[in-house]
Amino acid sequence: MTSRTLFDRVWDTHVVRELADGVALLYVDLHLVHEVTSPQAFGGLRRAGRSVRRPERTLATVDHNVPTGDRSLPIADAVAATQVDALGTNAREFGIELFDLTSPGQGIVHVIGPELGATQPGMLIVCGDSHTATHGAFGAFALGIGTSEVEHVLATQCLVLSKPRNLEVRIDGTRAPGVSAKDLILAFIGKIGTAGAAGHVIEYTGEAIRALSMEERMTVCNMSIEAGARAGLIAPDDVTFAYLNGRPRAPSGEAWPTAVERWRGLRSDPRARYDTRVTLDASSVGPQVTWGTTPGMVADIASRIPDPASLPTEDQRQAARRALEYMGLEAGTPLAGIPIDRVFLGSCTNARIEDLRAAASVVRGRRVAPRVRAMVVPGSQRVKAQAEQEGLDRVFREAGFEWRNAGCSMCLGMNADVLGPGERCAATSNRNFEGRQGRGGRTHLMSPIMAAAAAIEGQLVDVREW
Amino acid sequence: MVSPFVRHRGRAVTLPRRDVDTDQIIPKQFLKGIERTGFAPALFHDWRYRPDGSPDPGFELNGPSAQGATILITGPNFGCGSSREHAVWALAQYGFRAIIAPSFADIFTSNCYRNGLLPVRLASPDVDALIRSNEGGLHDIVVDLEQQVVTDDRGFSARFTADPYGRELLLRGLDEIGRTLLELPSIEAYERSHA
Repeated sequence: MTSRTLFDRVWDTHVVRELADGVALLYVDLHLVHEVTSPQAFGGLRRAGRSVRRPERTLATVDHNVPTGDRSLPIADAVAATQVDALGTNAREFGIELFDLTSPGQGIVHVIGPELGATQPGMLIVCGDSHTATHGAFGAFALGIGTSEVEHVLATQCLVLSKPRNLEVRIDGTRAPGVSAKDLILAFIGKIGTAGAAGHVIEYTGEAIRALSMEERMTVCNMSIEAGARAGLIAPDDVTFAYLNGRPRAPSGEAWPTAVERWRGLRSDPRARYDTRVTLDASSVGPQVTWGTTPGMVADIASRIPDPASLPTEDQRQAARRALEYMGLEAGTPLAGIPIDRVFLGSCTNARIEDLRAAASVVRGRRVAPRVRAMVVPGSQRVKAQAEQEGLDRVFREAGFEWRNAGCSMCLGMNADVLGPGERCAATSNRNFEGRQGRGGRTHLMSPIMAAAAAIEGQLVDVREW
Repeated sequence: MVSPFVRHRGRAVTLPRRDVDTDQIIPKQFLKGIERTGFAPALFHDWRYRPDGSPDPGFELNGPSAQGATILITGPNFGCGSSREHAVWALAQYGFRAIIAPSFADIFTSNCYRNGLLPVRLASPDVDALIRSNEGGLHDIVVDLEQQVVTDDRGFSARFTADPYGRELLLRGLDEIGRTLLELPSIEAYERSHA
């Protein structure tokens, strides 16, 4: 057998049949479903008289458009309410388990999969959402798909895919204090560009990756799509197994040691061949902040906004000029000190319990700056309950943060949580596209501790100087 | 079931920007529906309309020569970001049959092939040459998926390579699910051996 990468290995075990050179029909172990990208897929099944092939391998939740305020009230947005109701109807009709708004297990789809232990090493996981790569942190091949493919997976439990190439992203070195997993992935995207990993599956390797907790690994894998990658994954190890042990849907009893034994084989061979390799030294990375309208427009907080004229190609110069105009910023301005109006602590990138603990440690005993409106939106209702048990909600509330219910919220602004025109936001989410958080809104992406510090200061600030 | 795409002749409009993400193609407020239709008016909403709802005359698609265009020529990494297939539905329902760019995002490409919209990847210099040749936007461009070539009647010609599986879906207008269900014996065998 020739040497294989971790991704080759996971791919090979899911091939139902090779359809053509490099194109395979793949078997899906876990299909995650949410309210926004699924109604048309269920509608298609219904029109064709088809059923869901493996309802027990399908898990649904509401997250994208749901309100994060008082859950005892009906959803005020009638169109959003219809979409949420449609998922309820579809789940009942097709026999799919649903975590609805009343469920203590409700949350962002990429937070609840791991939380339940439904996400496991070596799986092929799909969801009609580009941040599905989050689950790659467990050594799963997890990818986002469109609604037509969602319908295809519902009907066949399979996906047709051309095999992506292998990209190794090796991050060695030790992180300095104040530098988080978010800074590693932002620095990597800044280095390779938003299309740098297109057509590839990334395997993150190196000592700085091995040193990450499971939740930090999820943050890294989550943003693989922002580098253009089809997916991102990390070989499972003892950190992975310790996280999964005892979770409700993880193997238990006699099945546990057997599973761990099998999962230990999920790694790249020492001589495995990657199509491309990129390296990054974690010790050279400082806290990162985006200044433009793609996640690749990012810089160290201690630096200044780059001059578009310094960029290598004309289309990049044009894009940067356009971005600065949209962001209301000028080249040469120091990033630290840019005043902000809003703070969003949330999203599938950074709303797990460790993120909230880290942010709370910065906030504790301090007050949100007078003009700033700041909110915390936990990634799931379980994360919320855990945080409340630890008293983190009090820390945030006493500092002046709003404490919300779980959902995607202001990461994409499908619910009422949006930026107004011209409002500038320090956000822990994953996209700073034009209008992403609200038309005319200006988003700066950063880590939870950087966003927490920005809330207190009322401006972008270097958390290392705290 | 997608409508077959073999060869298309039409006029083009140029949107000379890189990294056009799906949030720009169809902003989130239009994703709350439960049907596949009605997305054309929302295409490029925040670029196409001013905050007061009137068309922005500075936006490329609003120019007089862009009216009736069925081919979009644009910059690299088109369709990046969110997986929302609504972006492809909006482009197709607006009337686009093909998009020509130096590169496309992966999920967007998959979505195109499943909706009768052809993503044509040409080398950057070829896209630039086509944009120059298309100046004024008043003459036809021909996109031929069977021969995998783009031509115009001013002498432009460039070959492209479509994804072989996607090409098959488009040329024959296949129902992908129906096609996969023919593989049911293989799927059942896989399930038995992995039970």
